[in-house]
Amino acid sequence: MRHIISILLENEAGALSRVAGLFSARGYNIASLTVAPTEDPSLSRMTLVTSGSEGVVDQIRKQLNKLVDVVKLVDLTDNDRIEREMLLIKVCAEGDERDEIKRLSDIFRGRIIDVTDRAYTIELTGDGSKIDAFISVLQPRRILEVVRSGVIGIARGTVTCKSDAS
Amino acid sequence: MRCLRDEGVEYLFGYPGGAVLHIYDALYKQEEVKHILVRHEQGAAHAADGYARSTGKPGVVLVTSGPGATNAVTGIATAYMDSIPLVVFTGQVMTNLIGDDAFQEVDAIGITRPCVKHNFMVKDVRDLAPIMRKAFHVATTGRPGPVVVDIPKDITAHKAPYVFPKDPTLRSYKPVREGDPAAIRKAADLLAQAKRPMVYAGGGVVLGNAAAELTELVRWLGAPCTNTLMGLGAFPATDPLFVGMLGMHGTYEANMAMHECDVLLAVGARFDDRVTGDLDKFCPNARIIHIDIDPASIQKNVPVEIAIIGEAGLAMRDLLAALKGKGVRLDEAALKAWWHKIDAWRERHCLEYDRANTEVIKPQFVLETLYRLTGGDAFITSDVGQHQMWAAQFYKFDKPRRWINSGGLGTMGFGLPAAIGVQLAHPDATVACVTGEASIQMCIQELSTCKQYDLPLTIVNLNNRYMGMVRQWQEFFYQSRYSHSYLEALPDFVKLAESYGHAGLRIDKPHDVEAALKEALGRRDRLVFLDFITDQTENVYPMIAAGAGHHEMHLATDRELA
Repeated sequence: MRHIISILLENEAGALSRVAGLFSARGYNIASLTVAPTEDPSLSRMTLVTSGSEGVVDQIRKQLNKLVDVVKLVDLTDNDRIEREMLLIKVCAEGDERDEIKRLSDIFRGRIIDVTDRAYTIELTGDGSKIDAFISVLQPRRILEVVRSGVIGIARGTVTCKSDAS
Repeated sequence: MRCLRDEGVEYLFGYPGGAVLHIYDALYKQEEVKHILVRHEQGAAHAADGYARSTGKPGVVLVTSGPGATNAVTGIATAYMDSIPLVVFTGQVMTNLIGDDAFQEVDAIGITRPCVKHNFMVKDVRDLAPIMRKAFHVATTGRPGPVVVDIPKDITAHKAPYVFPKDPTLRSYKPVREGDPAAIRKAADLLAQAKRPMVYAGGGVVLGNAAAELTELVRWLGAPCTNTLMGLGAFPATDPLFVGMLGMHGTYEANMAMHECDVLLAVGARFDDRVTGDLDKFCPNARIIHIDIDPASIQKNVPVEIAIIGEAGLAMRDLLAALKGKGVRLDEAALKAWWHKIDAWRERHCLEYDRANTEVIKPQFVLETLYRLTGGDAFITSDVGQHQMWAAQFYKFDKPRRWINSGGLGTMGFGLPAAIGVQLAHPDATVACVTGEASIQMCIQELSTCKQYDLPLTIVNLNNRYMGMVRQWQEFFYQSRYSHSYLEALPDFVKLAESYGHAGLRIDKPHDVEAALKEALGRRDRLVFLDFITDQTENVYPMIAAGAGHHEMHLATDRELA
């Protein structure tokens, strides 16, 4: 099953490679991984999407918690949550296609952020399935490049993944 | 240096080089920390490891950058797999050269990452004291393990006022100490109902200094107790409740009892594949309680019903108190019947071998004699292979921290340097290194270190001219095609020992074994290298083939395995 795990880790050189190394060394899957500093500059937030049986994901959580750089870990899968991913997509847009692509982009609430006489670059945010759906409707056309940010997520309501110390 | 002194460091095992010259200069100017000069950095890590295993204190290593660090990696990984507290200082090139492929530069942090509990790079001299404090704290608390501190050369040239950091804690690192009382109560309830209880205790009991608590608990229960390879000595081997080691080369009675028990109490053990065999056939009748300090060890390989996360000693103390508080004992009639069964398994005498042989030395005979002559009270280090298994089977350890071997990683070459650390920590104790002609050659250069520090070790070299365990597997599983397991062109070990300044003896008849061991053990002035020419065809029994269950053991009497 797919799990989305939110991790606060020390904002130190090497912390990311400890997490990445753990996954490759123990043969766990990573579907996506994003990382950026938080409002506390000593901490980074990592959001990781992985999949596996309950036993494997249990081990993933435990092994992550064992890393000395991991300050806090929450499996968002256990919560009602919001997930977002950003897509930047460059698609060939010529002739009649230009209007059609603009309409599709509007339907998905995307924004055209760069235009040339032959191509559009579109920005779109949403959960993974929305991004997938948008890519698939563009599929018959010539997609020049797809850039996805990877998933970030946050629990609904008052549940947080924050450092106890802060 | 003051950091090391304040951590109570007695010995530093190391080897100098360019990146650590400032540190070596500081070492020269002080007398509190004694430096032991090894001949290869792997030896430094193993020697510090032997020191740590035999004392419970962290072993400390100092090596230079580049090859100094990479040579130490095998030793670090060995300590990591067996959860041994080490603090390893690696030199690094100057900060401004990092990443430039400078001379003797290697990414020590990156290379050691998968085989350390944690590692640090010091980027400012003011961080040095706090990082060292944290390194010792992380290495020695929770589930122990090696910690690497990488120090660029320019950092060691700078000066900063020294303040001993009082608080070593890290916000992200808080090991649990006491087990959950509710889980302990549940465990007591389950144990109290057991008809066929079994205690399976591992290296965590030794590392957690919990042998006394284990012994008390097991005796109160009246249950059979088995130890893993790493746990030997955690429960007295001469106690009638001890059924021997379990696992691939464990005793018949230990493995059968695992197979048939109804409640299994696992303490400080991690259900390693060499212990469990086929997981689908593992303890099919048992409800399992698992005490471990590492949450990640729980439910990793084997599903357990009750998990107690905490220090083994505290958890067993609380568990025994909970059992006593219930005011009931285990069902006596059931226990009697259970022991009746176990005694019948014992009757199989699974460790029997050809004692009558007067022509060829049986390796088991050497170890039995070693046990008898040392009264079971020696420190025994070992390398890896058949001799390791025979030592584990035939030397009865009544005390923890006496049996020093590389269980998890299985590092050939471990035994001799580890013995150096043990002997330094216990100068008056008898220390014997049980090895084979293949393993000993992997760190043979440390014979030179033994001479420099006058360490009166006894080397028990069981020389069968084969990599014995490889040969055994080739016999059983590869139709006796002994591919590259025969060691041609062996050195003359007697002359070799003599050239290093030690005494050497070759023994090839069973009736000379005792006298040779007596002489070696009796000599406190020098190391004696005993080269026992042993039976080439002897195999380690019992044996559970990889992927088989505990009840599917092969004994010496039925030699056919494959």
